[in-house]
Amino acid sequence: MFNYTFQWRQAFRALPEMLDGALVTLQIAVLSMLIGMTFAVILAVARNSASRWLRAPATAWVEVARNTPALFQIYMAHFGLGSFGIYLSPFAALLAGIAFNNAGYLSETFRGALRAIPDTQIRAGRSLGMGQAQAFRLIVMPQMLRISFLPTMNQTVWAILMTSLGVTVGMNTDLAGVTQDLNARSFRTFEFFALAAVIYYVIAKAVMLASRLAAWRMFRY
Amino acid sequence: MIEIENVHKSFGALEVLKGIDLTVEKGEVVSVIGGSGSGKSTLLTCINGLEPINTGRIVVDGTEVHAASTDLNRLRRKIGIVFQQFNAFPHLTVLENVTLALRKVLGKSRGEAEEIAARQLGHVGLGDKLKVYPGRLSGGQQQRMAIARALAMSPDYILFDEVTSALDPQLVGEVLDTLKLLAEEGMTMICVTHEMNFARDVSHRVAFFHKGVMAEIGAPDQIFGAPERPETREFLSNVR
Repeated sequence: MFNYTFQWRQAFRALPEMLDGALVTLQIAVLSMLIGMTFAVILAVARNSASRWLRAPATAWVEVARNTPALFQIYMAHFGLGSFGIYLSPFAALLAGIAFNNAGYLSETFRGALRAIPDTQIRAGRSLGMGQAQAFRLIVMPQMLRISFLPTMNQTVWAILMTSLGVTVGMNTDLAGVTQDLNARSFRTFEFFALAAVIYYVIAKAVMLASRLAAWRMFRY
Repeated sequence: MIEIENVHKSFGALEVLKGIDLTVEKGEVVSVIGGSGSGKSTLLTCINGLEPINTGRIVVDGTEVHAASTDLNRLRRKIGIVFQQFNAFPHLTVLENVTLALRKVLGKSRGEAEEIAARQLGHVGLGDKLKVYPGRLSGGQQQRMAIARALAMSPDYILFDEVTSALDPQLVGEVLDTLKLLAEEGMTMICVTHEMNFARDVSHRVAFFHKGVMAEIGAPDQIFGAPERPETREFLSNVR
C-alpha cells in the first residue's frame, strides 16, 4: 500500500514562491483584523445601544458570524453576493468574509472586556475632575486593552488560518492558493501541503509568541 | 462652605433623601452616622454632583452644584471624595494613580506631578510603594493611596464615604489614623462612617441620619452622651 516516493526537492524549490504566498496571506489576515476590529467596536456599541434598530442587526451579524462556518461566510461574499450582481474578486471576497467573521467574534471579546470593568472606575475618574470621555480614555481603555489583547491575537491566528479557505473561491496568490496550484501541476500533494502546513504553523506560533512577549512588556500589573 | 438646603433625592420610587439641610464651614469635620439605607452615602455623591438631586440645592463656595451652568469637572477639583471600595486604577502604579489627574486634569508637568504625588504618598505612609501596582497592596494601603490621590488635587473639601467599611478589622486603624492626621491639619471633611469612636474623637459635629432625614445633629458629646431623639438612642445602643 505504501508505494509513494517522497520528492522533497521539488517542494523546497518552490519555497520562495510559497513564501511570497505567505506574505499575501499575512496581508489579508492583517487587513481583515483591522477591518474586523473597526466593525467589532461598532457592533459592540450597537449591541449595548437602547435602540432596537441598532441592536437587532448587530446581534444578527454576531450570531451569524459566530454560529455558521467561516467557509459559508466567504462563499456568500463571493458567490452569494454574485447572485445579486455584486461581484467581489477572490481577494476582496476572502477579505470580506474573514473580516465579517473577525468582527463577530471580536465584538463579543470587546463587549466582555467593557463589562469586566466596573462603573466605579469611571466614577473615581470623574470625581478627580475628569470628563466622561477622558475618564474612559485614560482609565477604561487601557484596562480593556489588557483584557482583550490575547483573545484578539488569538483571533489573528485564526484569521491567518482562515485565509486558506480562499482556494474555494479561486484565490490563487496566497499560501494556500499557491500551494494548491503547485499541487495541481505536480501532484506532489503530500510534500507541498506538508511544507505549507509548516509555514502556517511557524507564522501562527510566531504571532502568538510575539503577542505574549508584547503582553508581558505592556501589562506589568 | 458647603450649604445643603432642603435636598430631596429619589432612586425611582424610593426617596432616599427627604429634605436635608446642613451647612459645613471651612475647617470643620462633620461625621455622618446612621443605619444602612439612611441616605448618608447618597448625600456625599450628591455634594460633588456624581448624583443629580430632585429638589433643593447644594452650594459649594457660592457655586450651585446642580445648576446647569456649573462646570462639574472644575468644581470636583476642589471637592475630593474617597470611596468605600478604594477604586484604585489597577493598570497604573501607586505613583501613577496619583499623578494621572494632576497631569491630565490640572495640566501639571510629569516632574511636578511626581513631586506632589510622592509627597502625598509619603504623608499617608506609602513612600516606599511608589513603583508598586495596587494589586500588590493590602486593602488598607490601597485606601491610603486613594486618600493621597484625592489630597494631591489640593481640594478644599474631602468627602469620605465609609472608607473603612471594606477593610479587614486589623487594617482599619491605619486608615483612621490618616483621617485623624488630616483633621488635625485643618482639612474640611465630611465623613460618613460606622466608626463611632472616630466620630466622637475627631469630629466637630456629628449628624445622625435616619430613613432619609437628618434626625439630629450636634457636638459629639451631645450626640453620644445625651442624644435627644429616640431613634438616635436606639441606633447608638445597637452599635455599641
